[in-house]
Amino acid sequence: MKAFAVAPAPHIHAGRSVTRVMGHVLLALLPGVAAQLLFFGPGLLLQLALCLAFAAAFEAAVLRLRGKPLLPHLADLSAAVTAVLLALCLPPLAPWWVALAGMAAALLLGKHAYGGLGHNPFNPAMVGLAAVLLCFPREMAQWLSPLAPLSLSPSELFDAVLRGVPPPTLDTLSSATPLDTLRSLAHEGRTLAEIRRTPLFGNVGGKGWEWIAAAYALGGGYLLWRRVIRWQVPLGVIGASLLVSLPFWLSDPDTHPSPLLHLVCGGLMLAAFFVATDPVTGATTPRGRLLFGAGVGVLTLAIRRWGGFPDGVAFAVLLMNLAAPLLDRVGPPRPYGHRRAGAAP
Amino acid sequence: MLLQPFHGGVRLPPHKPGDAAPAPQSLPLPPELVHPLPPPGASGACAVTVGQRVRRGQLLAAAADARGAAVHAGSSGTVTAIAPRPVGDGEATCVVIATDGRDDSAPLPPLADWRELPRERLLERLAVAGVVGLGGAAFPAAAKLAAPGTILILNGAECEPWLRSDEALLCHGAVEVLAAAQLLAHLCRATRVLLALESRMHGARAALQAALAAPGAGGVELVAVPTRYPVGSERQLIRVLTGQEVPSGGLPRDLDASVHNVASAVAAWRAIVHGEALTERLVTLGGRGVRGAGVYRVRLGTPVAHLVAHAGGYTDAAARLVLGGPMMGQAVVHDAVPVLASTQAVLVLGADELRAAAPERACIRCGDCAAVCPAQLLPQTLLAQLREGELEAAAQQGLSDCIECGACAWVCPAQIPLVQLYRDGKSALQVQEDERARAAQARARHLARAARLARDAAERVARVAARAPATAPAAAQPAATAPATPAAAATTAAAPMDKAAVLAAIARGRARRQAAAPAGREDAP
Repeated sequence: MKAFAVAPAPHIHAGRSVTRVMGHVLLALLPGVAAQLLFFGPGLLLQLALCLAFAAAFEAAVLRLRGKPLLPHLADLSAAVTAVLLALCLPPLAPWWVALAGMAAALLLGKHAYGGLGHNPFNPAMVGLAAVLLCFPREMAQWLSPLAPLSLSPSELFDAVLRGVPPPTLDTLSSATPLDTLRSLAHEGRTLAEIRRTPLFGNVGGKGWEWIAAAYALGGGYLLWRRVIRWQVPLGVIGASLLVSLPFWLSDPDTHPSPLLHLVCGGLMLAAFFVATDPVTGATTPRGRLLFGAGVGVLTLAIRRWGGFPDGVAFAVLLMNLAAPLLDRVGPPRPYGHRRAGAAP
Repeated sequence: MLLQPFHGGVRLPPHKPGDAAPAPQSLPLPPELVHPLPPPGASGACAVTVGQRVRRGQLLAAAADARGAAVHAGSSGTVTAIAPRPVGDGEATCVVIATDGRDDSAPLPPLADWRELPRERLLERLAVAGVVGLGGAAFPAAAKLAAPGTILILNGAECEPWLRSDEALLCHGAVEVLAAAQLLAHLCRATRVLLALESRMHGARAALQAALAAPGAGGVELVAVPTRYPVGSERQLIRVLTGQEVPSGGLPRDLDASVHNVASAVAAWRAIVHGEALTERLVTLGGRGVRGAGVYRVRLGTPVAHLVAHAGGYTDAAARLVLGGPMMGQAVVHDAVPVLASTQAVLVLGADELRAAAPERACIRCGDCAAVCPAQLLPQTLLAQLREGELEAAAQQGLSDCIECGACAWVCPAQIPLVQLYRDGKSALQVQEDERARAAQARARHLARAARLARDAAERVARVAARAPATAPAAAQPAATAPATPAAAATTAAAPMDKAAVLAAIARGRARRQAAAPAGREDAP
């Protein structure tokens, strides 16, 4: 007689794990990281290093405080995804304390205060981004002109990020983001055609930004292919943005940016594929996800048009995070053998 | 034929991709056969005694009820014990037979002229022969066939990945399967017979087509359904073939359909045409923990250890013993358990095949489980509800529609044992329902008693009131004639009056209370 250990069925497994899911997300972010490096210089590498280091430190500290084993939780790579997402949203020359504050808000308040991965109601990276947008408006507004920062020497870079001493050539390097420019110039009553002629803009959207957006879309395609994300959220975000901006643009193309310009500017593409698709904080039913994505798109556009910030992605995502439990109750799928809801009994 | 997809499901790699279905191999008779008796309580009486000699197919115990099945000896020999033995993950009273190797059998009279016999006679034979579903549920065939269906579906799609038993039967017993199809069609009074097999079963398809071309065969539509677990599940197969869904909590008969595993159909056919009781089945042996993987013709009651030893023995990798498939099979603690009618497979899984013993993580609500759920539930929502103890909400979401196929747990990146949770939830729901039924029963009893008491009281009042005028003059007479005892006369006359008055008062009070109660509720805010 041979004895065996028992366990409940199923006895086999697809081999997916949280670590692998997060690993796919990190991999899919690579094209976006590369594009941003190309246009805005190696400052991003410093931001990435800072955010990842702070993430590891905060995770380790909190896990120890909570009496949880370090390795399995650190190895799930979720903090790394949060760190990379936040780093991508920080200006390349932002001083180190911006990253510190952002990661502290993201991981300590946004994630562990609620019980860690799986229990957080808000997307940690967006909690961090919203916090630094509110706390450091000046630093966060200081974006660089595309391709300009490539002339910075490494020592100037380190001084700017690690010591908070801006390079002497900052004025020639820095500029507002295209969305910022769009906003301020539109307030001055300039037409869109004039604005588009400023050197910040490229063929479709902001110079450089349009390529970065394309790179995010490429990474998003990879995630869709690997079934890490489903199509509902990206379609919701992109579809709603296009649908909402189209009638405005058609009615008055001089004051309203084109749908395509909206899409490729700011963080909308990043949100569509990497932020709004965060399963933990989003809706979980197929229909709910479509609505969640649409909400993010509409709110982002609304904040861009009427809000106090040039880009509203972070706030749009956080607001929709609030609505996620409600969206989950909208039209759950009809289980097998049940009548369609609303059908005569 | 246009096939309808069912929601979800998973594409699982076959265990040994590409090879043709193996021919069923035979095993030498085991020295000992272990036959569990129907569970006690509803127990059918044991028909044999210790020391008695039995022959193959001899009745050991009759069916306890319509849901139970008769048990027959797997081979000839002597009953050595009727005692508790390990069966599956528990224990049951078993008849243990020491086989004598002669294997003489005691067949029932064959009913070769089944087309002329009444249906009841054939169903009775199936019950006597102990024919049950061999697709895993082991539900008595007679009970299932008692409900006629216009569409008869013979299920040749394996119920789980890695299983090859049905495929082997279709490949190497196509003629028998088609003959069985005609018998079942006759029994169900079906006008349409579909034989479903998986699209990957090329050998089976060719064998069936060849058999269908023979004279006398026919009337059976072959349908190749896509290999997508759990297409072999009754409900999913019906959806694929008919586009209809079995109502929640209902049975295929609600759609006028009848689904039978091909092996069960052949067992039914053999019971009628050859008079053979159910004493053997095809068992898939597989997994990296065992040598000689393949399909075996195994006598019911054969210890698993015997099957494994004669197939080639365990490998060093052997880590888990599973009765059934890799998705829904039951892990057992040792191999001294018998093969039963429900044992479609014996898997000895290697450590590398098992789901990692990685610690369970928190649900990240990725929704992969919902995407693969063939019942189209939201497993992630059910998980949250069950963890919060919201049994009602989970029930409303369709907890009882879960078919426990395991697709959700298979795909879950957080390694959450979802099926286990749903099983627990379902049994909690059952307990709750039982309690509620008991409470309702108690309440009904109480109300009936109260009503009876009130009625009795009212009747007594009426009786006394009717008797009062008659007794009063009678009492007055002696009072007049015998004034010596006026007090006694007064008491005899007054006593019934008092009693009647009291009872009437009680009845009035109760009526007033009953009238007041609803009014009071209406007044309440």
